Amino acid sequence: MMKLRDIAHARTGDKGNTSNISVIAYRPEDYALLQREITPERVFQHFAGIIAGPVERYEMPNVCALNFVLHGALGGGVTRSLALDAHGKTLGSALLALEI
Amino acid sequence: MKKIRIGTGAGYSGDRIEPAVELAQKGDIQYLVFECLAERTIAIAQQAKLRDPQLGYDPLLAARMRAVLPACRQNNVRIITNMGAANPEAAARHVARIAAELGLPALRIAVIGGDDVRARILADDLRLDESGQGARAMENSIVSANAYLGATPLVEALAQGAEVVICGRVADPSLFLAPMIHEFGWAADDWPRLGQGIVIGHLMECAGQVTGGYFADPGVKDVADLARLGFPIAEVDESGTAIITKVAGSGGAVTIATCSEQLLYEIHDPSRYLTPDVTADFTKVRLRQVGPDRVEVSGGHGAPRPETLKVSVGYLDGFHGEGQISYGGPGAVARGRLALDIVAERLKLVGVPTEEVRFDLIGVDSLYGATLPAGEPAEVRVRVAARTRTQSDAVLVANEVETLYTNGPAGGGGATKAVKEIVAMDSTLIPRHLVETTVTLLEG
Repeated sequence: MMKLRDIAHARTGDKGNTSNISVIAYRPEDYALLQREITPERVFQHFAGIIAGPVERYEMPNVCALNFVLHGALGGGVTRSLALDAHGKTLGSALLALEI
Repeated sequence: MKKIRIGTGAGYSGDRIEPAVELAQKGDIQYLVFECLAERTIAIAQQAKLRDPQLGYDPLLAARMRAVLPACRQNNVRIITNMGAANPEAAARHVARIAAELGLPALRIAVIGGDDVRARILADDLRLDESGQGARAMENSIVSANAYLGATPLVEALAQGAEVVICGRVADPSLFLAPMIHEFGWAADDWPRLGQGIVIGHLMECAGQVTGGYFADPGVKDVADLARLGFPIAEVDESGTAIITKVAGSGGAVTIATCSEQLLYEIHDPSRYLTPDVTADFTKVRLRQVGPDRVEVSGGHGAPRPETLKVSVGYLDGFHGEGQISYGGPGAVARGRLALDIVAERLKLVGVPTEEVRFDLIGVDSLYGATLPAGEPAEVRVRVAARTRTQSDAVLVANEVETLYTNGPAGGGGATKAVKEIVAMDSTLIPRHLVETTVTLLEG
């Protein structure tokens, strides 16, 4: 077992009530592993209770990245959310705790 | 092959100023772009304009212009910025005054207008995406509605010789696409080329986020000298291929990893990134490290632009009241939880009307709820935040945290409270023919 953080890095962005997290393999040879292991279902499960979902996944083999779009992730939207991190900028770091 | 160098002077309204000066002085650039409008910045600026018709532009406009104008004039660097926010005309007049003070005669400043479509969305009662209501039903609370303009009016301003182009809402990457179209004469329907230009603009629009900012993770992803982070330069040739780099000797790093993270930042479907100029496709983008702090970007594509423009709509949505207090030492978490329970009960007893309340223990569950395993921290911070209809109710919420000092668990310290009006955002789409843009030249 290892953590996603050992083979990938991530960045989180926000738009309205939607968050997106890119997960990028450090080494191109690990992209297939990401593709196999990091499914939208697993990402949704990882954030169960803090996002409403659904979660979509887009594949970007050209930069060895997966792009996850998390709907209903920001408490009704960045501008009206009561969350301390209203932008959800810290979500990507939590995703890197995923075990693979 | 013809080449231009474009620098980013700011990636948000409050951004650092010295990296922009560094670019103007040592960047060997021809264009300096300041991107300073987040989703709701323009709504807040509109409120300022309603209070004083001479305001409503970026609060750091004057400081930025004083800092960069002398070097920009000396090195023939043209400035493009959305710091006009809700009042580009007043911003332009202010820049003209600053240029005069600095002894820079005949500065040609262009003002881009037409993004303010509040009257139009009300007249046509356009439906808002998130609330699902027609605009007219929210007329009293809507403070701003601005359409995302594309590069066209900026290109026109550059063609008229503007040295400073000031706009309000323009799609962020279009601020960068404009000088490429102006210099290289790309056609308005050259979708692949425009798509590649948008890819470059997207990489550049958050300034330090592509040069090593928002990236460092000690021991895993180290970045040197973030206190002196250099802002990016895009060296673009007329085919559209670009190299992302920064001023030699500045802090940060430009690598495939920093560029990959920024490429997908705030992107949903990477094959269809909608902008006013083109539907850009990021799925064939190639990144290649061609030297230290030099990454080549190619392969961006595009399809025809959408027939509608996105409009972001700012509306008043009540008040946000918040109180915080800290507990530390053995039992800190239990005392923090007790504090939250007390406030929850107090809000009921006192009967404070709230629309939504949130109870957090910062250090335990404020970011991820209970989803990650947590040990017993040495200190925690209690946080209660609520949305209320009135300002006085928001104050009551914040006070219920403060009164924990003498009425709550042992050892509460450092209480703070904050109350602010909420400016929330919604969006709609408007047919592009309903948005008329203007370009006005002003000589300072």
